[in-house]
Amino acid sequence: MSQKNQSFSLGRLLLEGRAFLALIVIVAVFSWLSPNYFTLSNFLVMSSHVAIYGILAIGMLLVILTGGIDLSVGSVLAFSGVMAGAMMQGVEVGTSVFYLPVWGVVVLTLALGGLIGAVNGVLVAFFRVPAFVATLGVMYVARGIGLLQTNGLTYNNLAGKPELGNTGFDWLGFNRIEGVPISVIVLVVLAVVFAVTLTRSAFGRWLYATGGNARAADLSGVPVNFVLLTVYTLSGVLSAVAGLVLSSQLTSAGPTAGTTYELTAIAAVVVGGAALSGGRGTVQGTMLGAFVIGFLADGLVIVGVSPYWQTVFTGAVIVLAVLLNSLGSASARGR
Amino acid sequence: MSDVVLAARNVAKSYGAVNALKGVNFDIHRGQVTTLFGENGAGKSTLMKILSGVIQPTSGEILLDGAPIAFENATHARDKGISIIHQELSLAPNLSVRDNIFMGREIRTATGVDFAEEARQAQALMAELEQDIDPLTLVGDLRLGQQQIVEIARALSVDSRILIMDEPTSALSASEVEVLFKVIRDLTAKGVSIVYISHHLEEALQITNHAVVLRDGTMTAYAPRRDIDLNWIVRNMVGENYDLGSPPDVTFGPDALTVQGLTLTGAGGFNLVDNLSLSVRKGEIVCIYGLMGAGRTELLETIAGRLRPKSGRVLLEGVEMGGLSIAERIETGLALVPEDRQRDGLVQTMSVGQNLSLASILRFTRGLFTSRRAEREIVESSIRRVTVKTSGPGAAIGSLSGGNQQKVVIGKMMATNPRVLLLDEPSRGIDIGAKAEVFRLLAEGARQGLAVVYSTSEVAECLSIAHRIIVMRKGRIVAEFGPDVAKEEIMAASGEAKAA
Repeated sequence: MSQKNQSFSLGRLLLEGRAFLALIVIVAVFSWLSPNYFTLSNFLVMSSHVAIYGILAIGMLLVILTGGIDLSVGSVLAFSGVMAGAMMQGVEVGTSVFYLPVWGVVVLTLALGGLIGAVNGVLVAFFRVPAFVATLGVMYVARGIGLLQTNGLTYNNLAGKPELGNTGFDWLGFNRIEGVPISVIVLVVLAVVFAVTLTRSAFGRWLYATGGNARAADLSGVPVNFVLLTVYTLSGVLSAVAGLVLSSQLTSAGPTAGTTYELTAIAAVVVGGAALSGGRGTVQGTMLGAFVIGFLADGLVIVGVSPYWQTVFTGAVIVLAVLLNSLGSASARGR
Repeated sequence: MSDVVLAARNVAKSYGAVNALKGVNFDIHRGQVTTLFGENGAGKSTLMKILSGVIQPTSGEILLDGAPIAFENATHARDKGISIIHQELSLAPNLSVRDNIFMGREIRTATGVDFAEEARQAQALMAELEQDIDPLTLVGDLRLGQQQIVEIARALSVDSRILIMDEPTSALSASEVEVLFKVIRDLTAKGVSIVYISHHLEEALQITNHAVVLRDGTMTAYAPRRDIDLNWIVRNMVGENYDLGSPPDVTFGPDALTVQGLTLTGAGGFNLVDNLSLSVRKGEIVCIYGLMGAGRTELLETIAGRLRPKSGRVLLEGVEMGGLSIAERIETGLALVPEDRQRDGLVQTMSVGQNLSLASILRFTRGLFTSRRAEREIVESSIRRVTVKTSGPGAAIGSLSGGNQQKVVIGKMMATNPRVLLLDEPSRGIDIGAKAEVFRLLAEGARQGLAVVYSTSEVAECLSIAHRIIVMRKGRIVAEFGPDVAKEEIMAASGEAKAA
């Protein structure tokens, strides 16, 4: 089985990887339009922008593979950033104020993101609320709590103080290892971990089976409810990761951050060839989708296209990429 | 040849390298029933799709009233008076019976749709089919058999000259089949030509005027009804021994499965399974016979853990199964092969190999990851064991014929090394050759100590490999027989009308 996959891998990449083709076209066109586009430093900067969407899109992919959708990721991203910002300002217990070390803030923020994701998961898996509705509700609630927390304002002081021992929050967003931004490294690590999980673990197989046919999966002994709960929780955790990266890049945490990011994440997953009906899709495809959308958006900025046109282009590329995919599968059926 | 209304001449259809039909000649006679017999994958459905314009042949020609014609699509064929009742129901469950019957052909007036007239006609069709169904009932609220009636009513409402029926009776009760046959006789008397396809050979023989047998995409035999019998059909369909087997000679072990006082309450408050007790020993094969709605599926799904009983106990080799999930029951050795393989058995987005290994995945998971080699071993031994005909483990599950898909579902559960295997209608919609192989597989399992319980709605299948035949009616066991019982006794016990 694996041998067969390998021998066909190039053909399959071209077939399912129309996103790949789109990416090459985008890079070629912008390199031609602007001398600044095709440089290593620009690619690294653009990649650090893609990291935010890419991390969200991985979580979104997991959810979409089960046939669901998670509309709350943008709000959870903002909520997580705000919570991290609040913790950086110090946690009041009684009359005294505690300052957590940055790693503590990160762990707690990830746990909070996971908790909100778990609420989605419980609603979908155990109360049978349609995923669209459940996560739509949670999207509003998370956004609202973020606004309440800051009273609509933004935390600007995330640097911490050396005497309080909580410096280093900007490490995620600003530092580089061997010239590569940390956020890009985080994205790559997460992508590899989840790609391997999906293809090589029992959990990955359960995920595809749940999305392909939940009833059959259930009767085959797949713990469908556990799978659903886990994917929504993971999506929440990954939203929190994205929230941390974003607020670290901006060195500020605002409750209105990440608005409509859930749609960008969905677009990345869909451009990457996943089926919204569930059961089909890969991390590799989703990453391509995220890079197509990110490189296009940044390219348009670099060549100085009006932001209004950027929106039009992004929309057109999404539809075009998916259109090519459906045309491809239609002709495959015709044969 | 003047009575031939529609004919296929040397029609062939190939999909890539696969030849689904290899030059078939087929005649439909005016005002008569022509039945097409053949195993799954023999090309029956392909031929019917060509005759009804759904697909176009690769070569060959279609003659309508003696003149060549090329159907562009199904609508074109329908305009020429050819309509088809597909094997899979194509109804909208969210619409009423009336709306489904007139879907796409609404009776229009200047101000909109004439619902009253539609309802009247729908009512008349229901009366013709002797069904007490209100035309305003939602199709989704009807049971499967009634939905099939609606599908038939829709085809009748078109006033076709040629009506193709692909497995119209698969969900109908014996009395509903009688009514359908009466309707078919009325239609043929009016000059309508019928093409009939069914896996129920005896049933089809009651109604048909001509028999055509397909095998592997070629026509192997043709004869008028008076010249043939059941054996002739089976001989031509299979071309080999078609015996469904006999009970394997095994010494039973201790009780493997014990069910005590099991009661399952349905949505309406009445008992779908009513205080039922049953025990099956190691190596024993038990057949559960009953009509639609007798509670067979509910019983098996309750034992497997899909449905929660109101009361009663399920024991596997003396171990209480009550609180366990489906996964835990599979782990302990209790597996169910569900009735509807499309809905409950297969994951269409996964390959043959992934489907086969789905239930046993933890057996080849080492630490966090699955072992590809261990998986390949399980998959390949499963493919050999249940003799799936496939191009390889990576093939799409949809590329298999119905019988082979069913073998994949059985192979998937067999791979979990069960001690008790429950099979709900394992022979539904598969051809006689595949049936024989499935039963051979079960008999082989029993020889190795597996306890097998299978349900069926065909008496002939009870009288094959089962050591014991249990008849269910209204959620209870009403009779128990040995393997030497007469068909009539089983049918009488089940309350089947035609057995009286």
